[in-house]
Parts: sequence; structure tokens; C-alpha cells
Amino acid sequence: MSTQTLDAPPARKFKISKRFLPYVLSLPALLVCIGILIPFFTAVAYSLQRYRLSQPWARKYNWGENYLNFMTDPAFWNTLKVSLTYAFLTVGVELLLGLGIALLLQKRSRFNNFVSIMLLMPLMTAPALASLMWKLMTNPGFGVLSYWATLIGIEDMKWASDPSTAMLTVVIVDVWVYTPFIMILLLAGLRSLPRQPFEAAELDGVPRLFVFWKITLPMLTPFLLTAVLFRVIESIQQFDIIYAMTQGGPGDKLTVFQVEAYLNFFQSTNVGRSAALLMILWAITYILSTIFIKNWLRLRERARGDA
Amino acid sequence: MYDKEKKLVQSYMNGGISRRGMLRGLASMGMTAATASVLVNAVATEALAQNGFDWKKHSGTNLKLLLNQHPYADAMIANLENFKALTGMTVEYDIFPEDVYFDKVTAALSSGSTEYDAFMTGAYMTWTYGPAGWIDDLNEYIGDDSKTNPDYNWEDMLEGVRNSCAWNGQPGGALGSDDAKQWCIPWGYEQNNLTYNSRLFREAALTVPTNLDELVGTAAEAKAKIDGAYGIGVRGSRSWATIHPGFLSGYANFGEKDLNVSDDGKLSAAMNTDISRAYHEKWVQMIQESGAPDWSTHTWYQAGTDLGAGKSAMIFDADILGYFMNGTGNSEAGNLAFAPFAANPDADAPTPNIWIWSLAMASAGKQKDAAWYFMQWASGPEHGLFGATEKDFVNPVRKSVWADAGFRSRLDTSYPGYVDMHDLSAPGAKIHFTAQPLFFDLTTEWAAMLQKMVAKELPVDEGLGQLEASVNRQLKEAGLG
Repeated sequence: MSTQTLDAPPARKFKISKRFLPYVLSLPALLVCIGILIPFFTAVAYSLQRYRLSQPWARKYNWGENYLNFMTDPAFWNTLKVSLTYAFLTVGVELLLGLGIALLLQKRSRFNNFVSIMLLMPLMTAPALASLMWKLMTNPGFGVLSYWATLIGIEDMKWASDPSTAMLTVVIVDVWVYTPFIMILLLAGLRSLPRQPFEAAELDGVPRLFVFWKITLPMLTPFLLTAVLFRVIESIQQFDIIYAMTQGGPGDKLTVFQVEAYLNFFQSTNVGRSAALLMILWAITYILSTIFIKNWLRLRERARGDA
Repeated sequence: MYDKEKKLVQSYMNGGISRRGMLRGLASMGMTAATASVLVNAVATEALAQNGFDWKKHSGTNLKLLLNQHPYADAMIANLENFKALTGMTVEYDIFPEDVYFDKVTAALSSGSTEYDAFMTGAYMTWTYGPAGWIDDLNEYIGDDSKTNPDYNWEDMLEGVRNSCAWNGQPGGALGSDDAKQWCIPWGYEQNNLTYNSRLFREAALTVPTNLDELVGTAAEAKAKIDGAYGIGVRGSRSWATIHPGFLSGYANFGEKDLNVSDDGKLSAAMNTDISRAYHEKWVQMIQESGAPDWSTHTWYQAGTDLGAGKSAMIFDADILGYFMNGTGNSEAGNLAFAPFAANPDADAPTPNIWIWSLAMASAGKQKDAAWYFMQWASGPEHGLFGATEKDFVNPVRKSVWADAGFRSRLDTSYPGYVDMHDLSAPGAKIHFTAQPLFFDLTTEWAAMLQKMVAKELPVDEGLGQLEASVNRQLKEAGLG
């Protein structure tokens, strides 16, 4: 046995040349990237075509015509307006509420920990499911919220069925689902802030409001930006809440990008227009992300004292 | 099967005795109604096997179907063992709820998937699937004696329904024209008429409306007189499905069209006329005064369940909604009644626009002849009669089933007015839309415009003007206008 071991050739070690090592290490990332880029460039190609599944004979490259048509299409401008309004309103309200709740729960205690976990419940609910739940609660006939509205003197509240309150209704649902996300992010940020500046301010008897504006908020800004970045990206791409509640109606009050693109593809089978809409949505998301990330990096460097 | 029972069932199948007589006879032999339906079915299958057609030709083949969750699919599944016994084939199926069903169909067909051999579809969808080359023209099977059993009796299909599933693929081409391709086989269909809650009507001393003006008035009266209920249920969601039921049925009754087709085949919007304007105004007024408070989110589901729960006095929608809501499990079961409805007081009869659940064959399928065996069995007279009498396969698309005394008496007993409503409406029942590839775009936009009008964002005349301009622009962009 031992003879055999001695006679066996030494196990060869698989060695990668240092020259190729960086490429080999980045190969998995490259493969993932290809998996993302192929559908992306396919969508780019589709967006440059006149392509309806129901008119295959008319399929051809029309280059920028889909995009040019948007310039004179009131439906497109409405979609842009509705999407930005929705993103602005939801993220704004969620930020204020999330920050407020995080400040209330900042102090570590059993009760605060329990409440923060409970407040995460909506985030664990699938948005489409949450929308159906809210659809029932806001039903003008039997919804509990409609009943409460009558108690405070608001009769005949139609919620998502009325053009004047449709946006408000879906924003409420979005706020209910996603405020906990911002809350938990900011709570983690608040609890990780260094104690010294706050202790010094307390010793000097600095008013709480001043501490909040001049110490807490600036130190929390990178966390705020991170929360806003994630929420803006998600909010401007909203689909499930709006589609489940109103399918984009009443009229065209809630025809955000994703709903419009979905209807264009699955209902109208207009692949070209749907892809062009999504490319514009991608461009908006890309620009916003770039702005946020640049600012976030700048603030991080400033916090390190590099800038 | 014992000879005695068999003879009794055969006698019923031949029209010698009534269904009640057969059930009574079988009961005296110790058989339940459920067993009786199995026997009826088995006898029908035996008869089918004896017509000289080689049903076993594709024995051993496994078919896969894509189905929508629907009572029609349930009826077929309940009878599937007989198909397997008849043909020696096996059948698998995927079944999806309607919310996601057509997305699944679009994804399967557009990707060229060979997974499904046949699938359920609506006739409107074939206006996309057909020109895209995703489904086959079934005329080549229907007309081929070697592939179609001699008792299939294609002519037995209601003409308006059969023609509504056939289109030549030319935008604006007439449905059922001589050069039309049969993109799908009708399976079951829905007419749009009135279903009303007779209890609420009696209590509020209401009379059944017979035209649009009366409908608007009765709906308002119902809302005023009945506590906790609104006057009329019609669909209102931002979808093509809002336009096709009651709305278009009434609209067509005034002789109005969705699109004009010029001599050179170009299409243009036809909804901005004086008659159309008057019709829209009354429709909008009716919803504003007495429609559901959340009308703009109402689909067929809400319209139906509100009626079944006594929250609306009536619906102008699919007759089968009323049929299902009159069944057990709904608080107003047994209180619903049916009436034909011609919106135009000068019209001779109703002109319901129809929804047809049909069967289509995937072009990418690899076992087309075998798939056709399934399709002809599922749409054949035997299964149609079984479904209509033993299950909820209503409305059947075959004249022979509608002529069946057992079926008619079953409906007459539990669904007052249903048979008369159907008989009166059937001659004018067809798809009243212009067949063209932008159907879903234009009707969804029409629904969105109706929502704006009801919400008073736009007056009707201005809304119709905008709709006309938008429809014409889209038709032009697509090379159709």
C-alpha cells in the first residue's frame, strides 16, 4: 500500500497564469452581464422596428420613428407626467413618514424593536395582494375605509374609481407597502451614527431641532440618498399596484410606463412601441440613478474627509 | 352496462322518452342522477364509435391543451374519459385563471412553443393570432372527410356564431365571407341581454325596460327606490372588455358601427355620428345616475357578483353571468330573470354582440390531425348535449342542442325567460365589430374615453371627437387608414 503511494505521481495542481487570472475571476460576472445584455439589446432592436405581432408582414426597421411618434403623441406625454408624479409623490411621502417613524424608534428598547418588526409586515405582502386588499377596503359600497370616510363627513368617496382621487388612492397603497423599507433603512442608519456629536450637543444644551437639522440630517444623508435611490427606481417602474387596482384608469389617469408598455405588448401586441416605451423608462432610471450615485459618492467622500 | 339501463338511455337519446322519464326509470333500477349522466355519455360515445369513422387512428398519442378556468372546461374535463376511451389517446392540460390566461396564450404562441396542441380562445383574439401565423385555418380539417367524422355536422352550428369565428384576414373583411379562414371552432358563447332581479323589481314595482330610454329611466328608479342597491350593472374597467358586451350590443341595435371600410379597404373611425353621440350621452347618463359607484373598475366579475348578491337591480351584460348567479351559493339565487333587450325602440329584435369561447389549433403543434380529433369531439353534438344537460355548458353553439327538449325544459324551469330570450336574440347575435388587427388598441381607448365622459372630464361630443382623431391616427400609423 505504502509502495503504491510512493510510486503514484504527485497530484498536479491546476494553476492559472497570473496574466489570465483577472479574466477568469471576472468570468462569472461577464456571463451574468451577457444574460442581461442580450435581452437588453434585443429590446433596443425591437424599439427601432415597426413590429406588431398581428401584422408580421409589416415588420421592418423604422429606426427612430417610434421615438419620434412619441413627441407628438399626447398619450406618451401623459404617461411621462403620470409616472414622474407617482414617483415624486410616493417617494416624498414615504421618505417623510419613514424618517419620522425611524426617529421615533431610534432608541433601542424591546418595545421599539417589536414595533419595528411589526411595521415591516406590509413589506412582506406581495404588492398585487396588497392592492386587492386595498381595493376591497376602498370599495365605495362595502369598503371599511369608505365607511370611515362617511364618519368624517366625506360622502360618496369613490377612491380609485374617481379620476380626482385615483392617484391619491394608489399612492396610499404604495406608501403602506413601501414606507417600512425606508423606515428600516433609516433606522439602521440612525442607530449606526457616532454618539460623540450628540453627547457633546446634549452637554452644551443645544436644542433638539437644531441637533436634528445640523447634526442628524447631514450625517444621515447617505442613508437617505440610498433609500431614495432604491425607491425612485422602483416607483417609476411601478406596475402591480396600479394594474391590480385600476388597469391604468380611470381614463388615462394612471397609465404609467410599465402599465402602458404591458398593455401595448400583451393586449395590442405592439412590440415596437412597447419596447420603445421601456427604453425611455430605462433612460430615465439610468439618469436618475447616476445623479443619485454621484451625490452619494460625493457625500461619502466628504464624510471621510477626502473632499 | 346492463341491457335494461342501456335501452332506457338509448330511448332517451333517440327522443323516445323525456329526461325526467329516463331518470325516474334509472332511479327505479337503483341509479342516481350522477350515474345516469355517465351512462348517457357512455351511450353517446358508443354511438359515435359506430359511425364508421376511425376514431382510433391516433391511438397512443398524447395531446396537451391550454385551458381557461371556466365551466366549459369543467364540462369537457368531466367527459374526458369518454374521449380517451373512444380514441385511445391521452390528454394532458394546463389550466389558468382568466386574469393571466391570455398572457400565457400569447407567450406560448409567439414563442413558437410546440407544447400545446390546442387551446381555448376568444374569437377576437384570433384577429391577432391568425394573421400572425400562430394558428391554423380549420377549414382544411372540417372539409376533409378522412379527418372529420360524418356525424360532426358543421352546419348544425349557429350561423352567426360560426361566421364570427371566420375571417379572411383582410382588415375590415366581413366575418364569415366566402374566402374566410375558420380560425377557431365555436365551443360556447354569450349573448348580451338583460338579467334582472325579479324580487327587487317586484318590491319596487318596476317594469322590465324594453329600450334604452326605458333602461335609463328604470335604472334610475331602481336606485331611488331600492335601499343598498344600484340601478344597473355594466362593465367599466379600462379595457376592451367594457365595450364588447352591453355597450356594443345596444350601439349596434341603432345600426351604428365602430369603423367605416372604404371601397379601397381603408378603415376610419365611425363613432362620431349624431346617432352615436345620442347613444353615448344616454349611456353615460345611465352610469352617472344609477351605475355602480366604482363602475370604472368593474369587470364581468363585479357586474355578475353584485347582481348575485342583490347589490344591483339588473345587468345589461352576458346572459350566462345571470345564469351562473341564479345558481346555488348566491344570495339572489332563484330570483333572477331574463329578458331580451333591443336598445333601439324602432328595432325589430335585439342584436347582441357576442363573446365566443372557442377552440383553436396551434400552428407550431406537431400532432395536428390528432388535435383535430379532440377538437371535433369537444365541439361535437354529443359532448355539446352532455355539457348542456348535465353540466353548465351554457350557451351551447349548436342548433340541435337548443332544440333538445330536455335542455329547454331544464332552462325553463330554473331560469325564467332564458330560452325565449335566446331564441329571440339568436338571429341577430354575432360579432358586430369590424375585424382588424388593432381591435384591442381601439376598444381599450374607447373604454378609457367612456371613463372620461362618465367622470365628466370631457363632454360626450368633445370626447367622441378626440376618440375619432386618435383612432384615425392609429389606423394610419398602422397602415390601415
